[in-house]
Amino acid sequence: METINILFCGTGGQGILTASEIVGRAAMFDGYHAKKSEVHGMAQRGGSVESHLRLGKEVFSPIIEKAQADFLVSFHKGEHDRMADMLKKDGVDLLNEFLQADKDISDKKYINTYMLGVLSRYLDLTEESWLKAMTEVFKGKNTEKNFEIFRAARANKH
Amino acid sequence: MNTKNIKFLSGNEALAQGAWEAGVKFAASYPGTPATEILESFTQYKEIDAQWSVNEKVAFEVALGASFAGVRSIYSSKHVGLNVAMDPLMTSMYSGINAGFVVVTADEPGMHSSQNEQDSRLIAKFAKAPLLEPCSPSETKKFIKTAFEISEQFDTPVIFRMTTRVSHTKENVELEERTEKEQKKFEINPPKYVMVPANAYKKHIALEEKLIKLQEYSENSALNVAELKDNELGIVCDGVTYLYVKEKYPNASVLKLGMVYPFPDKKIKEFASKVKKVAVVEESEPFIEEHLLQMGIKCFGKHYTYRVGELKPENIKDVIEGNPKTDYPGPSRKPVLCPGCPHRAVFVALRKSKVTVSGDIGCYTLGSLPPLAALHSTICMGASVTIFESFSRYIGHEKTVGVLGDSTFVHSGITGLINAAYNKGKGVLLILDNGTTGMTGAQPNPATGVTAKGEKTKKLDLAAICKVCGADHVEVVDLSSESIDIKLKELLPKDQLSVLIVRYSLCKLIDRTKLPAPKFDAGKCKKCYMCVSVDCPAIFKNESGDIQLNMELCAGCDVCVAMCKFGALTSAKKDTNRL
Ligand code: SF4
Ligand code: SF4
Ligand code: SF4
Repeated sequence: METINILFCGTGGQGILTASEIVGRAAMFDGYHAKKSEVHGMAQRGGSVESHLRLGKEVFSPIIEKAQADFLVSFHKGEHDRMADMLKKDGVDLLNEFLQADKDISDKKYINTYMLGVLSRYLDLTEESWLKAMTEVFKGKNTEKNFEIFRAARANKH
Repeated sequence: MNTKNIKFLSGNEALAQGAWEAGVKFAASYPGTPATEILESFTQYKEIDAQWSVNEKVAFEVALGASFAGVRSIYSSKHVGLNVAMDPLMTSMYSGINAGFVVVTADEPGMHSSQNEQDSRLIAKFAKAPLLEPCSPSETKKFIKTAFEISEQFDTPVIFRMTTRVSHTKENVELEERTEKEQKKFEINPPKYVMVPANAYKKHIALEEKLIKLQEYSENSALNVAELKDNELGIVCDGVTYLYVKEKYPNASVLKLGMVYPFPDKKIKEFASKVKKVAVVEESEPFIEEHLLQMGIKCFGKHYTYRVGELKPENIKDVIEGNPKTDYPGPSRKPVLCPGCPHRAVFVALRKSKVTVSGDIGCYTLGSLPPLAALHSTICMGASVTIFESFSRYIGHEKTVGVLGDSTFVHSGITGLINAAYNKGKGVLLILDNGTTGMTGAQPNPATGVTAKGEKTKKLDLAAICKVCGADHVEVVDLSSESIDIKLKELLPKDQLSVLIVRYSLCKLIDRTKLPAPKFDAGKCKKCYMCVSVDCPAIFKNESGDIQLNMELCAGCDVCVAMCKFGALTSAKKDTNRL
């Protein structure tokens, strides 16, 4: 596959790094080269968080170039607007899906799993790898519930 | 692809893995972004004795001692941490090592969580140390093994430079087996290990000769690779910039320096002769560029404005063409203390007492930002105490306070306190004892009584040590902004050196318990916004100007409740009235 650039953004404590970690591992399990990059800012909670994820045959730069993100996965409207210029002209913006999830899902810790399900519709990665990556990263915590949410979001083709 | 031995590792994790494979037995560090996870990873290997040291100088010396004693050993810290360890670094270059010894420094171009963006490559030149610099996690794992070989082959510490984009990038990394190294014998050898003038003079001569040999090594080493393609443009680069160059100039000829110092002059000359235009792409200082110019090679380097901040792929063209930097970072969300952070109440109290506050490095540095704005100087680790000594002398001890955390106090505040006591300093020093090293993600320190490996150990008694340092009055106080307030009022006018240890306040990274969020009665709210002035991400003014609580984030510390004079915010806790 051509290199795919996915930019995750939001604020500290929302599980953004976890989400991008899962996609990275899933891609790796499917034999792709994955690179994920982020910076650790001053604030432990509530500060800006962005994670750059690039998947492909051979990935060079660990960070996404301006206006080259194929996907913008935001967990925060303000952060989305701040990062919007990173998205490609014809890139996929998943803000509406997040806003919807934020309304529908009462337990906020599952929003990232839901967003992974949404993202998975666009990526050519096997379900097996997704589940394996989730199991590893969530360390077996609430596995069934996470799978359920992931599968529901993944199946909801639009 | 065989996934059996492949893991998704960060540069820091890959570094630890590579060092483990190289048979390392000892690792020492002090936490600091972006280096923290290196030591954290080392603690996961049972063959490695890994320690958080009290500070970087101590970490360096303990690690060097392990090398002298005959085991492969590694030091790691952030870039400014190496400043603290400069003294042993400089002279260990003269003495050399016994078993392999690598000095890892993680630089932070862009200062995401640092007080400056110094370039450690200059330290290598200053110290006369070989310096290796990988571009990615998988290369980190490979290079760190070579670093140990170079160290033993040339009897020298090797500086290993990471940067944020290498440390905090993850990628597929192939794991290999560990090669055990037998402990070497420590031979009594004063001319080597005792750096008195006569011995050191000879060692300096030997060091200069060693550098020439290291340069020969650099010429022939696979660490420095020339990829010859298009002869119109040749780019010399190092570290992560190599990857940006590959991305943006896939057809250019590239000389990638993995061993940046000593420079492989012949290789550089040969490369330059094969291309029409030579450009240097490097982050931070024009280290490579200046060397090329010194060698008489006409090359294009970046505009001076690009010495500031990180390089990004989209900047490479500008860099090669010498255009000035235009993309300064936009406003990101202001960093704030966590909801429920114990420091918040202290800064609310300090703001109220209107004192001049010398601060330090830690989460509490965030207390400098408005609306708290109750911390007025930050320079480096431990400087709160020493600057406080002078503030109290010249501004007045009744008007100044020094503030630092438990870990920072142990790092280098103790010496300042002894100095203040010895030199008859007065005033109030506040130690915020939250039982961890919060800013870097909650590492243990001597005052927590737990080691890096999670084992129980001797616990440093902060109150007792302040007493023996010479403080006239040491008091451990409870956390609630009111009591700190009252204490400050009582202690500030006194003609004595006081230390207030604010305790029982666990960092939210460790203590994730949440107390019920305060109750908000919109009918009583007068919109004075005093509650918002505590700068907690869980309470804010929404678009229509109303007060809103984020129940997900709120930890129920009630600091905002204490600010409300109109009874609109009330504690949800019935029996207890504080955290
Ligand atoms: S990490 Fe701990 S010390 Fe730092 S802001 Fe959060 S609660 Fe406070
Ligand atoms: S402090 Fe009380 S009255 Fe003032 S804005 Fe906050 S809730 Fe309303
Ligand atoms: S009680 Fe107030 S200050 Fe404390 S965490 Fe909740 S909103 Fe923030």
